[in-house]
Amino acid sequence: MEKRDVAILGVGQTKFGHHPDKTLVDLFAEAFYEAYNESNIELKDIEAIYYGNFVGEMTDGSANLSGFIADEIGLKGIPARRYEAACASSSVAFREAYLAVAYGIHDCVAVGGSERLYNAGTAIGTRALATAVDGLHEMSAGLTFPGVFALATRLYSKKYEIPLEKLREMMAMVSVKNHKYGALNPKAQFHNKFGDLRVEDVLNSKVICSPLTLFDCCPMTDGGSAVIIATADFAEEVIDNPVYILGTGQSGAGGLFRQKEDIIRAIPRKKASEMAFKEANLTPKDVDFVEIHDCFTIAEIIATEAMGFFEYGKGANAVVDGITSIDGDLPVNPDGGLIGKGHPVGATGTSQIYSVVKQLRGEFKYNPVKSAEVGMTDTLGGDFGTLVNIILGIHRRG
Amino acid sequence: MYAITFKEFYDSLLEGKLIGMRCLDCGAYTCPPKAVCDECGSKNLEKTLMSGRGRITTFTTTYIAPMGYDKEVPYTVAMVELEEGPWIVGRLEIENADEIGQELLGEEVEVFGKEFPTEMFYPDKKRRVVPIFRLLRKF
Ligand SMILES: [Zn+2]
Repeated sequence: MEKRDVAILGVGQTKFGHHPDKTLVDLFAEAFYEAYNESNIELKDIEAIYYGNFVGEMTDGSANLSGFIADEIGLKGIPARRYEAACASSSVAFREAYLAVAYGIHDCVAVGGSERLYNAGTAIGTRALATAVDGLHEMSAGLTFPGVFALATRLYSKKYEIPLEKLREMMAMVSVKNHKYGALNPKAQFHNKFGDLRVEDVLNSKVICSPLTLFDCCPMTDGGSAVIIATADFAEEVIDNPVYILGTGQSGAGGLFRQKEDIIRAIPRKKASEMAFKEANLTPKDVDFVEIHDCFTIAEIIATEAMGFFEYGKGANAVVDGITSIDGDLPVNPDGGLIGKGHPVGATGTSQIYSVVKQLRGEFKYNPVKSAEVGMTDTLGGDFGTLVNIILGIHRRG
Repeated sequence: MYAITFKEFYDSLLEGKLIGMRCLDCGAYTCPPKAVCDECGSKNLEKTLMSGRGRITTFTTTYIAPMGYDKEVPYTVAMVELEEGPWIVGRLEIENADEIGQELLGEEVEVFGKEFPTEMFYPDKKRRVVPIFRLLRKF
């Protein structure tokens, strides 16, 4: 079957943070209209909705949200569906939407997600996030999400022979960098906050799951994001700055205990990114910047290695050497990442797309990556249960 | 269709026995049980008694618990590599894991089961059996 080029027409994102007065539907609708308003299309051009949400049941007592969303935004009765893949929910939705347009099922669709974990409070939020681990064999011991990456931290320290205290300092630099960038991002949960965070602030903050402290962790967040995509031919007719979807990849795994030592190598991420690079006909060297799933400081380090940017065990050094800073060879999370921008789980994937598109269009004024032509996203669902990578660029696939 | 159900797995654990599955095709062990051999995907499996011993590969002490687990903090979750190869998740029976730190990695443990109250979302509505790891060496 012939595969069509697909492009992004418009992107939208709510302010991330606490939204006590907006429902999951409201948050999606707000992001959707921002994306729609810059897409230069008519509402009736949108044929379907792909929506990501993780735990609407637990935070808002709401499931089956896609029909309500379609109704809310004036698209009564069009096919709409919800995707749940923990933190990768809207990235899976995005990839499915892309494949539907690429293979001729639809010509133009809306994608996005929303979540309200901040509003649910820490106890419910922590339990809700923990639904992404093995519900029986990992939850029996009370394994939490910070716990998963705390386990990975100790393993990483041992495996690569980096003393734990040294590794913690290196990890803290991820938090310092991402908070610095998040503080600049007007839509970030921590806009104008923690921009001058220091390594010692991270090390001395409250311990959540040893050795991870509060500032090693991303926050609980409410927010929404949305993207409108269409065939590249249609996009070129209606707007002058399409961003093209060059490659996508997805993989997954079972519980942490099944992955064993591979949890620090994130094999599903290696598979997903290789799939995306192959489709895009690109290599890691061609990528100008990435928005990575830094749910925890160590997660960003592991991700950069698994995606092929650095050798296994060298990702922490890359942070210290400034390679992942905005003026380095591979800027990582110039929008602040999950740590600085916030992590409204089901909305996170398409918010990464939002940031990459803004950056590629040169509209990311507050923290621009110089002459960026190719950007990539990385979204992790659960403890490597789902992994999605997406490569975007300003030129069609070569 | 299952060589061992999770009920049987946890019943045995409460009696101090760790059971798993041995693959009659590739010889690998799978524990806790699943539908197929974790190594090769075969369904040609037999129930087997595991040694119940292994080594700590990593651990974390949890100070912020999810709803339903708050009365248990702080608690230390660990992963153990069993003598037969599989890794399992459980709790380390120790108070001061953080003070000892990385030295605990590689330490030998034996596993037994302990029953805790279930919580609203746990799949087993009667009980929650936690694999507990007891250190063979005193600290
Ligand atoms: Zn086998």
